[in-house]
Amino acid sequence: MNTHSFTLAGQSLMARPSGTLYWPERKLLCVSDLHLGKSVRQARRNGAQLPPYDLQDTLARLEGEINETGALTVLCLGDSFDDLMALDELPDMARLWITRLQAGRHWIWIEGNHDPGPVSLGGTHLAELNVLGLTFRHEADPEQNAEISGHFHPKARLRTRAGMVSRPCFLLDNTRLILPAFGTYTGGLRCEDAPLCDLMGPEAIAILTGARALAVPMPRGQNRSGRAASSSGR
Amino acid sequence: MSGLPSIIENWFPARNWTIHPHQREMVARADTPASLLIAPTGGGKTMAGFLPTLAELAAGGHDGLHTLYVSPLKALAADIRRNLSRPVEEMGLPIRIEDRTGDTSYSIKRRQRADPPHILLTTPESLALMISYEDAPRIFQGLQRIVADEIHALAESKRGDQLMLSLARLQTLCPDLRRVGLSATVEDPAAIARFLARHPDPCPIIQADSGPEPDIAMLDLPDPPPWSGGGGGYAIPQVLEAVHAHKTTLIFHNTRAQAEIFFHNLWLANDEGLPIGIHHGSLDRAQREKVEAAMVRGELRAIVCTGSLDLGIDWGDVDLVIQVGAPKNVKRLIQRIGRANHRYNAPSKARLVPANRFEIVECHAALQAARDHDLDGEPRGPGPLDVLCQHILIAACAAPFDADALYDEMRSAGPYAELSRDAFDACLEFCATGGYALRAYDQWQRLKQVPDGRWQLRDPRAAKLIRMNIGTIQDADLLKVRWRGRGKPLGEVEEGFAASLTAGDTFLIGGQIVRYDGLREMTVEVSRAATRKPKIATFSGTKFATSTQLSQRILTMFEAEDWPFLPDHTRHWLQLQRKVSKLPQKGRLLIESFPHDGREHACIYGFAGRNAQQTLGLLLSKRLEELGLDPLGFVSTDYATLIWGLKPLTDPAPLFDLAALEDGLDGWLAGNAVMKRTFRASATIAGLIQRNTPGQRKSGRQATFSSDILYDTLLKYDPDHLLMRITRTEAMRGLVDFDRIRDMAQRIGGRVDLLRLQRVTPLAAPLFLEAGRVPVQSSVQERMLEEEAAALMAEAGIDKI
Repeated sequence: MNTHSFTLAGQSLMARPSGTLYWPERKLLCVSDLHLGKSVRQARRNGAQLPPYDLQDTLARLEGEINETGALTVLCLGDSFDDLMALDELPDMARLWITRLQAGRHWIWIEGNHDPGPVSLGGTHLAELNVLGLTFRHEADPEQNAEISGHFHPKARLRTRAGMVSRPCFLLDNTRLILPAFGTYTGGLRCEDAPLCDLMGPEAIAILTGARALAVPMPRGQNRSGRAASSSGR
Repeated sequence: MSGLPSIIENWFPARNWTIHPHQREMVARADTPASLLIAPTGGGKTMAGFLPTLAELAAGGHDGLHTLYVSPLKALAADIRRNLSRPVEEMGLPIRIEDRTGDTSYSIKRRQRADPPHILLTTPESLALMISYEDAPRIFQGLQRIVADEIHALAESKRGDQLMLSLARLQTLCPDLRRVGLSATVEDPAAIARFLARHPDPCPIIQADSGPEPDIAMLDLPDPPPWSGGGGGYAIPQVLEAVHAHKTTLIFHNTRAQAEIFFHNLWLANDEGLPIGIHHGSLDRAQREKVEAAMVRGELRAIVCTGSLDLGIDWGDVDLVIQVGAPKNVKRLIQRIGRANHRYNAPSKARLVPANRFEIVECHAALQAARDHDLDGEPRGPGPLDVLCQHILIAACAAPFDADALYDEMRSAGPYAELSRDAFDACLEFCATGGYALRAYDQWQRLKQVPDGRWQLRDPRAAKLIRMNIGTIQDADLLKVRWRGRGKPLGEVEEGFAASLTAGDTFLIGGQIVRYDGLREMTVEVSRAATRKPKIATFSGTKFATSTQLSQRILTMFEAEDWPFLPDHTRHWLQLQRKVSKLPQKGRLLIESFPHDGREHACIYGFAGRNAQQTLGLLLSKRLEELGLDPLGFVSTDYATLIWGLKPLTDPAPLFDLAALEDGLDGWLAGNAVMKRTFRASATIAGLIQRNTPGQRKSGRQATFSSDILYDTLLKYDPDHLLMRITRTEAMRGLVDFDRIRDMAQRIGGRVDLLRLQRVTPLAAPLFLEAGRVPVQSSVQERMLEEEAAALMAEAGIDKI
């Protein structure tokens, strides 16, 4: 299997190598930070015209995930649109595509800081959602447990014999899961950075995306335990 | 004008100086639209460039800017200001001289815009910024002359293309503008002249007396150098002796990392405590300036340096240049030699230190070429289109423009004389709409056509961002290094190098061993380390490939029966090679095939330079894979590529089919890191990616993403996009260097000598010690990652989660 299976709050979940989360029991596919319309927003804001193919690339990969999992519910965990104007300017091609993906399944838009408002597309629009004790929201709340969120675009770096490898990753500990960004034009925040280190417990792991979902202890820079001391002996 | 005003004429004898013939000729040619002066260092080049200006301004009465001086170095601009102000004051001329670079304060820049001096000294980037201002026509009103200093150096990079586009604009603003280029000795002065002059103006070349022959030789060394490596550390005792015996010595290295290591070891051996400094491009500016000032005051006995001291002011007292490592290129060697003894008519003295066994041969070839005045250089390609895109945007910042007029103006720049209308239109389209096959930005065009047909910025506020990103120097990946806490800056390292560090790692910078503590707000924080052995400093700087001409000289040298001028150890090495195998020959390609350590090896002596040999390694291993010979990896140097695998190479003919190699190139190139790096540079210059945005760096990195993603996206959805075409052209010329593989294939014309041998040959042996081995399997990264992940999970005891 290329996925990484785990349990959170008693529920069996799968981290997929593409960066999506699948919940087999509920046939639910969760995906975070699509940032649709990013290239158009950039052009509007500062004039730089990035290759405008991020929209179709992101949607094509999302469609692939839906087809592979056979999900009956798709949950977009916020920042699905780079801003609300990008949503308004969404070309017909993308609207039709999303409508087609929505046919025959539940579709939930959780709101994020980039898209804090109702969505003029099909589907249910929510601030957050609770399913069987698991809470889905855009940005992690340090006070909460059993929570699944996105927002931070975590990525992890690993030193290997073939050099340094950096990948978007999931972060998982006993109380929460943070998803990587799925959008094509998204950067990442290193696990070592304070907001992520503060949120995640000492037992946290990072699940790297790529050809396979690969779990490693969450890299924490200077705070890491065990890794720094033993790596010199290898 | 033909003569000098007496006030200037009389000043020279009063200082016991005479006016050089080439300086007089420059004055006589003051009205020529463009002229190029070729003179050695110390030949009074700068004065020659400015004499016509001083003559024209001597009478007073000129209002505003008269002469613009452009140099590749900020420090040079500041220095020329000091050196020129003195004679101007002594002659009592009514001339105001100021410099304007990235270091000039905002208030001074504003004042200069309102009230320009007579002579303004600047850099190509600051000039490009100035022509982007709406009031450029007013700033440059009355401009008469341009002096482009060290133009041979500018012509080697895109900074030169940028300068020539700026000059084309200035010439439109000031039609009577006259251009003067000042150049060191180059192999093809006519090419520099075409580069400089307004196309198709003629550009006469004035050649100054080149002075006495330099005194160049190998440094006398008792021990043979090591078989591989580039540090030259074995020669430290003799280098110290040489430093001791001279007033001031410049010790040149080819890379910054090597300079750091050499400097460190030099100090460990410097029992007398001779004052020795270090100078390279990664050091903090304040530190570099301190070293420069100490040198001007004559306080330093030696400076370990890199190309950062190739150009620059007259240091005066340098009486010895030591080049550590093969110079790779004869022209650069000559220019470096010229740094010793800046007095006109005194011979320069230089000594070479080969860093490894093969470099002994290369150094001798370079010495011969230097003595024969046989300079090398690759012909310059046409002006790159990414720079053209930047200048279209710069034009739009200044004022709405007419496309036809801008096209004509740009074609008057030497590097763009052959620019086709199609290529120009593609660049304009890119600047306006992004130029994508999918039209997505019609509403958000960057440039819009107004009803009279001219082009202008859709949003005038975009000008700020365009101006912030002017320039062609790629420093985006450099991170500042500071002492932890609120310490002083030490210098800069490449982001990739910083990313490879773990807390506790040690490295060398500025001659000190420091400990990496962490990364904070894009600054590398370090503390003092007590250790004597640093982890190597791998911030690289440029790695030059050995020039074609020098490679050919080495092959010519191999034709001799014996080499009495070489040290015995090297002679015996070459003779042994001739006995057990063959020496590589001109016009043929030697391949040795032999088993070693349970694997089959093939050593291909292409003599095509490091980059091309590296590409050859990638292409050949792919061909070998297709032929079922199971290659496992390869390593390349400037003269050979060594490939290892499971099966022996028996028939080389199918390998060197140029068409098949080029086919392989297509597929391989696409996903290659070299292409991504090249793309990033071009996309930044063309204005697709912004190096600088207001307040960006502090906002964390979530918002920014790697340019590799843009490259991958274009490759997938729009592979013929302008930027992809630019990237391909650049890579073929630059890091991929396929042109030299093509040249090599044509030179050998199928004459391949495959020798099957029983063991490693003398010439192949050093390649086994070479760093930078490249594994062949593409899946290797994924496997290594899995291996590492499994180990880490096991270690942490959570592999069962």
